[in-house]
Amino acid sequence: MASVVIRDVEKAFGSTKVIHGIGIDIADGEFVVLVGPSGCGKSTLLRMIAGLEQITGGTISIGERVVNDIRPKDRDVAMVFQNYALYPHMTVYDNMGFSLKLRRADKAVVDERVKKAADILNLSTLLHRYPRQLSGGQRQRVAMGRAIVRDPQVFLFDEPLSNLDAKLRVAMRTEIKALHQRLKTTTVYVTHDQIEAMTMADRIVVMHDGIVEQIGTPLDLYDRPANLFVAGFIGSPAMNFIRGRLRRNGTGALIEANGGTRLTLPNEVPGVDGQEVVFGIRPEHLELDDGDANGAGLRAEILVVEPTGAELQIVAEAAGEQLTAVFTERHPFAPGEPVTLCPRPDAIHLFDAETGDHL
Amino acid sequence: MATVVREAAIERRESRLARIFDHPTVLSVIFMLPAGLLLTLFLTYPLGLGIWLGFTDTRIGRPGAFIGLENYISLFGDGVFLLSVFNTLLYTTVATVFKFAIGLWLALLLNNRLPFKAFLRAIVLLPFIIPTVLSAIAFWWMYDTQFSIISFALVEFGLIDEFIDFLGQPNAARASVIAANVWRGIPFVAICLLAGLQTISPSLYEAAALDGASAWQRFRHITVPTLMPILSIVLTFSVLFTFTDFQLIYAITRGGPINATHLMATLAFQRAIPGGQLGEGAAIATAMIPFLVAATLLSYYGLQRRKWQQGGKDD
Ligand SMILES: Nc1ncnc2c1ncn2[C@@H]1O[C@H](COP(=O)(O)OP(=O)(O)O)[C@@H](O)[C@H]1O
Ligand SMILES: [Mg+2]
Repeated sequence: MASVVIRDVEKAFGSTKVIHGIGIDIADGEFVVLVGPSGCGKSTLLRMIAGLEQITGGTISIGERVVNDIRPKDRDVAMVFQNYALYPHMTVYDNMGFSLKLRRADKAVVDERVKKAADILNLSTLLHRYPRQLSGGQRQRVAMGRAIVRDPQVFLFDEPLSNLDAKLRVAMRTEIKALHQRLKTTTVYVTHDQIEAMTMADRIVVMHDGIVEQIGTPLDLYDRPANLFVAGFIGSPAMNFIRGRLRRNGTGALIEANGGTRLTLPNEVPGVDGQEVVFGIRPEHLELDDGDANGAGLRAEILVVEPTGAELQIVAEAAGEQLTAVFTERHPFAPGEPVTLCPRPDAIHLFDAETGDHL
Repeated sequence: MATVVREAAIERRESRLARIFDHPTVLSVIFMLPAGLLLTLFLTYPLGLGIWLGFTDTRIGRPGAFIGLENYISLFGDGVFLLSVFNTLLYTTVATVFKFAIGLWLALLLNNRLPFKAFLRAIVLLPFIIPTVLSAIAFWWMYDTQFSIISFALVEFGLIDEFIDFLGQPNAARASVIAANVWRGIPFVAICLLAGLQTISPSLYEAAALDGASAWQRFRHITVPTLMPILSIVLTFSVLFTFTDFQLIYAITRGGPINATHLMATLAFQRAIPGGQLGEGAAIATAMIPFLVAATLLSYYGLQRRKWQQGGKDD
């Protein structure tokens, strides 16, 4: 096991720069998830750690050793590919034992390690099948088995669950996390799915267009997003935003939104009078007016009601924006009805409209 | 009561008929019947006629009589025929080995990231798109005793003193026609194998590299086994084409010198048409069939879907 240190790493394909100076410190044994929209450079960064892509600038170290010029086979990292990349002409057993065989490990050692990994991953009965004869979830486990047999310094996962159906994805998520808790191998996990990131990570790195937007624990990012991008990316359903101008008059603060809608804010909110801001509130922090709002809430019209059983989700329109609200109690809402939604004062986020930074 | 029983019987009969027609074997026979009949008619008639002629003493302009195995018996004592069998086997074996060695090498080369890749691929295809007769004439000219560009170049570089007699000596002539066949056959092999190489997912190589495989080990453990199915198909076709080659030989040497480059196909033609002995020519051609069947059977086992290719989709 080892730490991974990424310093000012840049990557260009020809003249197109896709990674613009990224720094991440990954501690020994940590489970770090790189998350971001498609095309933001997650895979590229992961492949640079693996040694499958040249590093254009900066350094990557694995366990104190700078690996920029070290070949993939000598980096002692194992990777699970999105399409699994199982060797089609080898049985599950041979797929898992291939790396040891190349290292001329003793037959008994190979056998022991493969059987042990198969045991952990519930593959013991499938060892003599070929990849084609396996289901998606089984292939996924074989790919992980191939990685753990090697007992590498670092595990790299590139969207390993994106080819699985929703139910299996949730199950495998738990399995991978349990596996990490058992093996405690440093892991870098790439996904575009923020739920995967939230549920699995010790720490999340949110990437966007080749830069790091924010690094933090899942709840850190959820409660204190550094900017509009992170606020909008983390959380499902996504945070509601209302654009407007901040007004202060000494004793109170409010936002003037489009169409003249006014939204009263607690006086303590940051920002100066006249500043263009984006007001953000998570769906579960919008509460129903229970009579004492004194006009502080947002008057909205219900567009859609979506009960999930555990929760009740509504989409409503206010101030020219669509807002989502989630309630744990069951209310008799109907589309077209008016509703007053009050943001919980301690859960309000204000962002600078220009820079997108959290105020 | 009675009607009910009868109806039940009808139903049972119908369902038995339906079951028979639902049977995959029955169905496939029925569906293959039309195509099978056409093939039988248009493929087996010429083949059957050829084989029949081999058992007769037909000459051009004179219908022959059935003479049983006489043609074959006389061929077994015919030195020229036996030489042509030897030539054909030699020609096929040596040419195939070279075609595959060079073709695979070229395919691997072209599968890399190369500058001007499309251009290079087009160049590799050139020998294939030039009409065989045209390239045969070009070779004939290159092998000419007086005007050979090869001899000329070698002399200019000071490597040899006098022009090589490419087509005048038996072994030199054999090597020369084999070289021409290899030149002509490489594109087919290279392009087919390149197509095969391109179906191998790059992530397999990446996974192998991370697993610790060197370039040679990646070739040995990933490329070769995954390429094997297509390799055996290409090998079969290449062997069949080479074994039955006619054009190149006929245009370059016509079987000479002293029958040293006569293949079974060229000898069959020579005996049958210029020689007029249709029956004997047909017998020589028919004698190729066992070799071809053997070659096909051998590669049939290579062609069979391997165990790892069976079952499920592989996305
Ligand atoms: N081999 C390549 N050549 C050129 N551009 C590439 C290559 N690989 C990736 N890119 C570009 O780099 C960017 C980041 O890609 P990638 O790391 O795959 O994104 P992600 O995994 O986050 O979806 C994309 O814009 C992609 O088009
Ligand atoms: Mg990716």
